[in-house]
Amino acid sequence: MSILAGKKVIIMGDRDGIPGPAIAECANSAGADVVFVTTECFV
Amino acid sequence: MPVVKGVGYSLIHAPNILYHNGTTQTSERKKNPQSEYLAKLANHLRSYETALAYAPNQVYIGNIGMDELRSIPRPWYSSPVAKADRFGPYGEIMPEDEFYGLIKIADSFDLVRLEAEFSAAVKAKLARHRYLGNELIKRLSDGKELAQIQKLVDDQGAEGLFIAGRLVGCVRSAHEIDENLSAHVMLENLVTKASSLLPLFYLLTTAGAKPADIDYIIECSEEACGDMNQRGGGNFAKAIGELAGLVNASGSDVRGFCAGPVHAILQAASLVKSGVFKNVAVVGGGSAAKLGMNGKDHVNKNLPVLEDMLGTFALLIAADDGFNPVIRLDVVGKHNIGTGSSPQQVMTALVAEPAAKLNLKLGDIDHFSAEMQNPEITEPAGAGNVPEANYKMIAALAVMAGEIARGEILQFVEKHGLIGFAPTQGHIPSGVPALGYFRDQILAGRAKTCMLIGKGSLFLGRMTNLFDGLSLVIDKNPGLKPAETGISRDAVRQLIAEALRDMAQNLKRG
Amino acid sequence: MDLQNQARIKELTEQYGGENIVMLLGGAEPESASIAAETVTVGDPTFAGPLAGVSLGLKVYHVVEPEIKAEFDPKVYEEQVAMMEMVLDVDNLVAEVAKMRQEGSK
Repeated sequence: MSILAGKKVIIMGDRDGIPGPAIAECANSAGADVVFVTTECFV
Repeated sequence: MPVVKGVGYSLIHAPNILYHNGTTQTSERKKNPQSEYLAKLANHLRSYETALAYAPNQVYIGNIGMDELRSIPRPWYSSPVAKADRFGPYGEIMPEDEFYGLIKIADSFDLVRLEAEFSAAVKAKLARHRYLGNELIKRLSDGKELAQIQKLVDDQGAEGLFIAGRLVGCVRSAHEIDENLSAHVMLENLVTKASSLLPLFYLLTTAGAKPADIDYIIECSEEACGDMNQRGGGNFAKAIGELAGLVNASGSDVRGFCAGPVHAILQAASLVKSGVFKNVAVVGGGSAAKLGMNGKDHVNKNLPVLEDMLGTFALLIAADDGFNPVIRLDVVGKHNIGTGSSPQQVMTALVAEPAAKLNLKLGDIDHFSAEMQNPEITEPAGAGNVPEANYKMIAALAVMAGEIARGEILQFVEKHGLIGFAPTQGHIPSGVPALGYFRDQILAGRAKTCMLIGKGSLFLGRMTNLFDGLSLVIDKNPGLKPAETGISRDAVRQLIAEALRDMAQNLKRG
Repeated sequence: MDLQNQARIKELTEQYGGENIVMLLGGAEPESASIAAETVTVGDPTFAGPLAGVSLGLKVYHVVEPEIKAEFDPKVYEEQVAMMEMVLDVDNLVAEVAKMRQEGSK
């Protein structure tokens, strides 16, 4: 069963890892409904 | 082509500003005044001597080379440097008491009050400083009674200035209700203004320039000065230039989160290349807000709180002298609005595209400077080794381009990367701290092409989710062609010799 | 985790119901990814934010985990994430986040 399709997805990216918007592109490609995107910055 | 004619780098040890004004601490005090963190924090602050002997700080002012840092065992806080010195070829590490004096010197609106005895003691120390002339020392007026200062802090919301927990002065608010002129903001802005003076003075010496030679100043620190009608109105640049006696300069402020300084250098170089100005100073002062930013993690892991340094720099971007390293404006790497935010899109735009335009492989670039954060600060906070991650990304680009094999990533990182040594002051680590090293390596013939990379987290301003980045190629100066100068090669040599002699004399005078 | 983000996640969970939400992480370090995963499953381990003592039990994945990666359009993943697999400590990221999910997801 699909994990993402049709789900509400919350994304927490990392400036020095994978940033939020890049993950959002992936999630959208899996048919998820992205409801919140943010990116953390430790520096 | 515009050249990097000189550099200045200085640090200020500021544990009391960290304790009282760093945003991690002020937030905690508001939300959770009884917190364990605040109770433990004082025991994790470093003395000036300890901060002075901390190897990354000595690298910052040029007393220790990059290669030497590589050989000093980590943790660096357990490996104090034996020959630690306050002064280095790029600048100095100033203690906090003297810095309070400098804040008073930078105060143009009588907002700063220092206690009388403290003020006199600091004045005596600063009067011996090699770059602070009488005109500046005179601004350190007689101090006030402690009771009066205490009253300002207790009753009128002034921000206290402390040494070892003892109140020695304060910064008053500049307006009754305007948050942009509150005591807290005025302190942050005065820290930025005052700290900018240090690298600027060292810069003038290393570049062999006189204050009157500077045509324009671009300031690129973290803060914004203004009032409620124009929050980021500016202009730190002229405020700093005024104090430093740059009487022939105008200026303005440039911001872009941590990428700000590279934007500033690009603009400075463009102004020089276009012939609008001959000498443009780029200056960035320290950030009080970021002091102790990751302090909770440092205290939790029983480490010293290492973010106790205000970082500053100043650069002179000048017309081509046929000698100093050049800034290549024909191949600027930039993160465009349409570039995308994934690391490979960002790094392709910043690194691979400019290299390709120069017909260079990534491995042809001797050194990269991208986000030079000291890993000893970021690793305990869960942010990893930021410079190393950047170098791995560049190496990964080289793998994708078929330039190296996947198994050679670490070798590439070792050969082209640098060890992070900069304090996590936002704009400070972003490429710029290694420009002095680049300049030295290129002038000594040990490197030919280096790349400076700035990256900025624009999303922190909550106006866009976009990322930002900018890169500049710094190259060995090919020398002036006779047509560009109207004079012969020998005459150029003669001019360089004279310039070096002048510089040596300036240094002696200093 | 940032306190504003904790508040936002709590609010969204109340709005949509935890069973309808999947959380995706992009953290660079196993330790910080683990803390983020812990925050949205068993609660904020630093006890500083709105999720202190609140067990949302969200399904949480790191974006490089094979089972989540398999759901993306491979071309999009290639363009957005693939290079970082050469940079990040993928094995430990996967292990840490998967552990939190097994322990705390409802």
